[in-house]
This record gives sequence, structure tokens and C-alpha cells, in this order.
Amino acid sequence: MIVLGFALLLYVIAAVMIGMVARRDRSLVGQGFAEAKDQFLAILPALTVGILGAGFVAALLPPELAETYLGDGSGAAGYAIAYVIGAVTPGGPVVGFALGAAAIKAGASVPIVVVYVTAWALVSLNRLLIWELATVPKKIIVERLIVSAPIPILTGLAVSVFV
Amino acid sequence: MAGPNRTPLHKDVGFLFILVLSVGAATGVYMRDGWDRFRAILIDDAVLWLTVLPKVAAGVLVAAFLRILLPKEVVARWIGERSGLRGLFVATLAGAIIPGGPMTIFPIATALYLSGADRGSTVAFITAWLTIGINRAIVWELSFFGAEFVILRTLISLPVPILCGLAARMLPGRTEEERAADKAKPKPEIKE
Repeated sequence: MIVLGFALLLYVIAAVMIGMVARRDRSLVGQGFAEAKDQFLAILPALTVGILGAGFVAALLPPELAETYLGDGSGAAGYAIAYVIGAVTPGGPVVGFALGAAAIKAGASVPIVVVYVTAWALVSLNRLLIWELATVPKKIIVERLIVSAPIPILTGLAVSVFV
Repeated sequence: MAGPNRTPLHKDVGFLFILVLSVGAATGVYMRDGWDRFRAILIDDAVLWLTVLPKVAAGVLVAAFLRILLPKEVVARWIGERSGLRGLFVATLAGAIIPGGPMTIFPIATALYLSGADRGSTVAFITAWLTIGINRAIVWELSFFGAEFVILRTLISLPVPILCGLAARMLPGRTEEERAADKAKPKPEIKE
């Protein structure tokens, strides 16, 4: 129900924004819809493969394995493993979320999956090497990595207080 | 990102990785558990896929019209100067709400930095996009996890960009000469 309400809210927000754009310049509305359609079609392949794949990956992962290494009882080792796997998981919006969801289905604990998702977001080596290194000054990259290094662990610990 | 600048699928490392993994896992399930299990999982996933599509459609609509309502020059003006804690908040907000992929965000961050944003604001902007980006959370994360997971993770991560920006400002080094040298480099083209 929460998810349904959330989708509805999004459509309301979209409608308001379309109204604001229409008041500014009616011709921009068509442009907005065209951009939205392009992005939707661009997202579709990865989303489809990711969702279909996540179910199979979860089914294939032995539950004992996920529970032992990434479950509630895995402690500091689980955090470390999740961090390293997150850093080497390729970037792109779908991979980390698909694998994280598969791990939860297979018995991994929520804080450890948060460590994984955050490490993948902040320090994914693949995204860094392909995109960030190509466009951002190296000093900024180094500084960003230094201050980001402890964040996945801290976020996971903070989440563990609530679940 | 939409448009012709998107990486073609056959060159998209992330997509190829997930494709190989998915086909491999599906084959593995079929070999180990047989057709019935394979079909059951496929149907479950297909139902999930169908429930996710309307959310994705709403997400891309919001993203597209936000892009029209929020021109990049306006954002650049807000964090264009050294602006203390307020600059970090504005940079964080901008990073969280600007939709886009790495091919858009990193060049924007660099442009902001080269036009006067300090390292703290620049780091806060990138970190916000990576950890609490609204577009990514709605279109992608919500598709794979439940709303509770997404909301909890995002709320906990809210202070992260500010903290990273503050920490970046406290790092040693970076003289004004180095900053000037950075600025002398040719500006990268900002691609939409």
C-alpha cells in the first residue's frame, strides 16, 4: 500500500510540474514528455534484465552462505565483506540494487546490505575509473574518496540501530 | 540519461555484467532445479516487473520536467561562491534533486568547482547525488527494495553529504596556487 501511495504521489508531483512548465511555455511540455519517453526506453532493458535476474541469483545463492557471511550474526566480517564486494561491483544504476535485493531475499541482514549499497554508491571502482577520472580533477577525487571511506560502515551501523 | 549521449547497451559495462550474471543464474536454476522452479521464479519476477513499471514511468516524468524547471545556470549561481555551511546545504540539495547519470553529474560538479565552488561544496554535491539522489532512489532503488528500506537508508544518509563536505574542507593541503592551476585547465564540455 505504501508503494502504491508513493507512486500516486509521484504522479501528482509530475502533474504539478507539468502545469508549471505549461504556464511558462506550452511548447516545452512536449519536449518534457519526449525526454521522459527517451529515458524510460533507455532504462527499460537494464531494469528488465536486473529484476528478472535478481530472482534467479537469489534462488541460486545457498541461504546458509548468505546467512553465514551477510546475515545478522556475521558481525564485523559481514560489514567488511559487504564493503569490499560493494567497491568492486560495477557502477550503473541497476547492478548494486539488483544484487543487494537478491542478497536480502537469500537471508542477508538489512544493515549489511546498506553497507553494500552505500559502498557501491560511494566508492564503486568501475564508475570511478570510467566516469569520474575522465571528468573531475584528481585532487577532488582523492579528497572525496578519503572523506567517503568510513561512510558505508557508519551508515550500516546507524541503520542497525533501527532494525 | 536520455538522449544520444547514453552509452550503447553493448558497451555498458554495468548492463553487460548484470546480463551475464542473470543468464548464468537462470541457467543454473534450470539445470539444478528443473523447469517448474524456473517458471515459478520467472512468473514472480514478471509480476514484480509489471508493478514496477508505473513507478519508473512516474519517476522519468518528474525527472524530465524537473530538468526543464531547473536550468543548470540557476544551480551554478547558488553554489558558485564560497558560501560556508549554507553552500554545503545548497550543494547537497542540488546533488539530491538533479536527475542524471554519471555522464552529466561529474561534468557539472567539475564546472561548479572551476567556476568558484570550493572543494567542500563540490564533494557534498557529488556525494549527495551518489547517496541520496532522489531520481535514483525513486526509479531504481524503489524498484528493487521495499519502501521501508529506501526511506530508512535515505533518512540515515541525509547528513552524509554535509559531513563529507565539512571533512573535505578540513583536509590538509590545497594552496591558492594549486587552485589557480586547476582553474587554468581547459573546461570540460557539459553534456546534457
